[in-house]
Amino acid sequence: MSANQDGATLLEVRGLTKTFGTLTACDHVDLNVAKGEIHALLGENGAGKSTLVKMLFGTLEPNSGEIFWNGQAVTITNPGFAKKLGIGMVFQHFSLFEALTAAENIALSLDDGSPISTIAAKARALSYSYGLPLDPQSLVGDLSVGERQRIEIIRCLLQTPQLIILDEPTSVLTPQEADKLFETLERLRSEGKSILYISHRLEEVKRICDRATVLRHGKVVGHCNPRKETAASLARMMVGNDVQAVVRAPAQGIETAQPLLEIRALSRKPATPFSIPLRNINLTVRAGEVIGIAGVAGNGQGEFFESVSGEAPQQDAASVRIRGKDAGGLSITGRRLMGAAFVPEERLGHGAAPRMKLSENLLLSRHATDGKVFVGAGGMVKSDAIYAAAQRIIKAMDVRKSAPDPEAAALSGGNLQKFIVGRELDRRPSVMVVNQPTWGVDAGAAAHIRQTLIELARSGSAVLVISQDLDELFEISDAIAVMHNGELSKPLPIAEATFEKVGLLMGGAEPGHAEHALETS
Amino acid sequence: MMRLELVKRPQRSMLFSALSPFIAFVLTIIAGAILFALLGVNPLKAFQIYFIEPISQVWQLHELAIKAAPLILIGVGLSVCYRANIWNIGAEGQFILGGIVGSSIPVLFPQFEGPLVLPLMLLFGMIGGAAYAAIPALLKTRFNTNEILTSLMLVYVAQLFLDWLVRGPWRDPKGFNFPQTIQFNDSAILPELMPASGRANWGFVFALVAAVLVWILMSRMLKGFEVRVLGSSPRAGRFAGFGINRMVFFAFMLSGALAGLAGISEVSGAIGQLQPVISPGYGFTAIIVAFLGRLNPLGIVAAGLVLALTYLGGEAVQSALGISDKVARVFQGMLLFFVLGCDTLIHYRIRLIGFAAPKLESAPKLEEAR
Repeated sequence: MSANQDGATLLEVRGLTKTFGTLTACDHVDLNVAKGEIHALLGENGAGKSTLVKMLFGTLEPNSGEIFWNGQAVTITNPGFAKKLGIGMVFQHFSLFEALTAAENIALSLDDGSPISTIAAKARALSYSYGLPLDPQSLVGDLSVGERQRIEIIRCLLQTPQLIILDEPTSVLTPQEADKLFETLERLRSEGKSILYISHRLEEVKRICDRATVLRHGKVVGHCNPRKETAASLARMMVGNDVQAVVRAPAQGIETAQPLLEIRALSRKPATPFSIPLRNINLTVRAGEVIGIAGVAGNGQGEFFESVSGEAPQQDAASVRIRGKDAGGLSITGRRLMGAAFVPEERLGHGAAPRMKLSENLLLSRHATDGKVFVGAGGMVKSDAIYAAAQRIIKAMDVRKSAPDPEAAALSGGNLQKFIVGRELDRRPSVMVVNQPTWGVDAGAAAHIRQTLIELARSGSAVLVISQDLDELFEISDAIAVMHNGELSKPLPIAEATFEKVGLLMGGAEPGHAEHALETS
Repeated sequence: MMRLELVKRPQRSMLFSALSPFIAFVLTIIAGAILFALLGVNPLKAFQIYFIEPISQVWQLHELAIKAAPLILIGVGLSVCYRANIWNIGAEGQFILGGIVGSSIPVLFPQFEGPLVLPLMLLFGMIGGAAYAAIPALLKTRFNTNEILTSLMLVYVAQLFLDWLVRGPWRDPKGFNFPQTIQFNDSAILPELMPASGRANWGFVFALVAAVLVWILMSRMLKGFEVRVLGSSPRAGRFAGFGINRMVFFAFMLSGALAGLAGISEVSGAIGQLQPVISPGYGFTAIIVAFLGRLNPLGIVAAGLVLALTYLGGEAVQSALGISDKVARVFQGMLLFFVLGCDTLIHYRIRLIGFAAPKLESAPKLEEAR
């Protein structure tokens, strides 16, 4: 049942257009959000969702089009004005200071000079009344990602908005935490508040949203009632054609296959006050299999990736073994030369240098492994060779771009990710370690990336995928291990793994005791 | 209500990137004309004295080359450091140490003559500069000290060390107690390029060769790529397997070697002996040269010539028109200002936005944090 289907219109957008150079990010977008509804904004990456929302929140200025708030035309010039109107926003990437308390972080954004103690009291009261318990005195650095999101939501609610914009809110939550969030959202709806819900998770859109607006290439391609659609039909509207379902052929004889990546009793002390120590991690990835590592963000996945990749080499050479040889003491270059490839979580500034061309970014991870092809005598870079190879990857991965060889920063996140994954796949590595392979990538491209990872494994490579997206892990993994607070559980074979079991491990149930925890909860 | 906004351009224009210093120069001329007019001098005449006369005769071009050579050599080396996001402010000290170590051969072994002397001196000069630059590199990589402070402080150490040497152990015993070393023997003197027409020596050729080599290094070689990656996104550099500590040593020692080469070229070319002061601040002025040339070695050649000319011009207007030679500083400042302005407009365009006053009271300030 869709609540308040004929409720008064709170926000109406007519013909909103935004161009960046030659790219039209939003092309005459129409949208209307009624009072007391949860309205989904669906679309592939680069479809213009973020641009639209930024215009609504006043961080971008539209080239043309009108915005009506309660029937009155408004020009939203900055976020402060948006807040005054009653628009609140919870961003996908939190903007919190780790060294400050929750209350101090909230006070910073309120900017009204009320004392911290008053704000803390208000925040505490509000958080409990919405079922999002929060201790305002706790340091953000000590909080889980789910709790940090609560701060963002409370901070937004304290401004008593009529419209709350949530950008991919469940991407950082365990399934159990997501359920809690949905209860809160339903509660807000029952109070007559409107919610604009941006997500690519079709199941949850079907579950909680009353109406949906679907964007594709900057244009609105349809309005629908998600409850009457299937996940497949929604995906079709988003992508424009059927999304190829990922096919995972059952892995054969993996138990006896050669271990290509072995991690033995890997521990690491925290490098900074806010990083997570790794505790005695053991894992084997064999030729032909995909192992998934689930976990809520910030539980040591980044530290683990750095240790495996060799960006942070180990004291104990045997703690990481690649293709049966000790690699723990080697740098990332040394590990690459042994046949391993790595895709980090952060694209700009880690996986790619933002101000450099794609061809130069190709050289970034392959200057040593493909030294003969890309680097000539005396260390001269063969620019023709890297250009040609970059074009080959762009074609293979269907990377969409505005110039033949643009800077990495000029690409949308999803397209850059396709390039970065393609850059490593192009080498046919025998060990592939990927952190968040499809984070923020559109459905079509994500399916493509997942399929290529499975195919890489089936062709005899070992693939290790770290992801916060459980759907993804269940789609591609042969076994799933869970990382919590720097510890890694035993991998659950996919046949035995369920959302509940994995979710409980993510929430901190003792590794290896998921069954037990499930019974007692 | 109107407001200005800087909007990032999706792609920079290569043409205007190349033209930028020239546009800046034209703008400096225009602003300079206004400046001279306000000082009560005919701008055309002032310009002729400032920019044309100092380079109107062949011997004067030689003087220009002498002044430009160390600026270019040092600036080219510094550009590598700055591209790597490593802040070597101590080129003046590395210049001096290059001069001292290179001079050790003719000062300590005055009998040693022949064609080997000069190459050895130049080599020693480069080693001296590089070794001196390795000190802040070591301190930075080992103790995480701030290289801006350590390299700058080492300049004063070098200056005082030179002062002590020429007044003490290396003083010319037959030099009537003047604080200077013996005159170098003939084979320790850097030859002039064209003795018939002026004093310019091989230092200028070294500068041009260094500029071309560093340009190839930065734009065509893997090492230059490493410099650019580590300078612009260190985490991506680490992911690429490039070591930041190795880079600190590389950048410091390369720029130190070039500053040292400039130092020994100056001493063995223009001066012919060590004196308490061998540099009118080339090491510091070269920082402006590096940025004026936009950290591009070929741009630095042009910038070095222009800065050398502003010095000569400043001296010329002082003697001819009685205007303070501080006007040279004003010209340098304006040039830097306009070139930075042009660069900004190459990366961004200005949008003038007029908008109706919001219906509700608008919040007073933008929330950039979001």
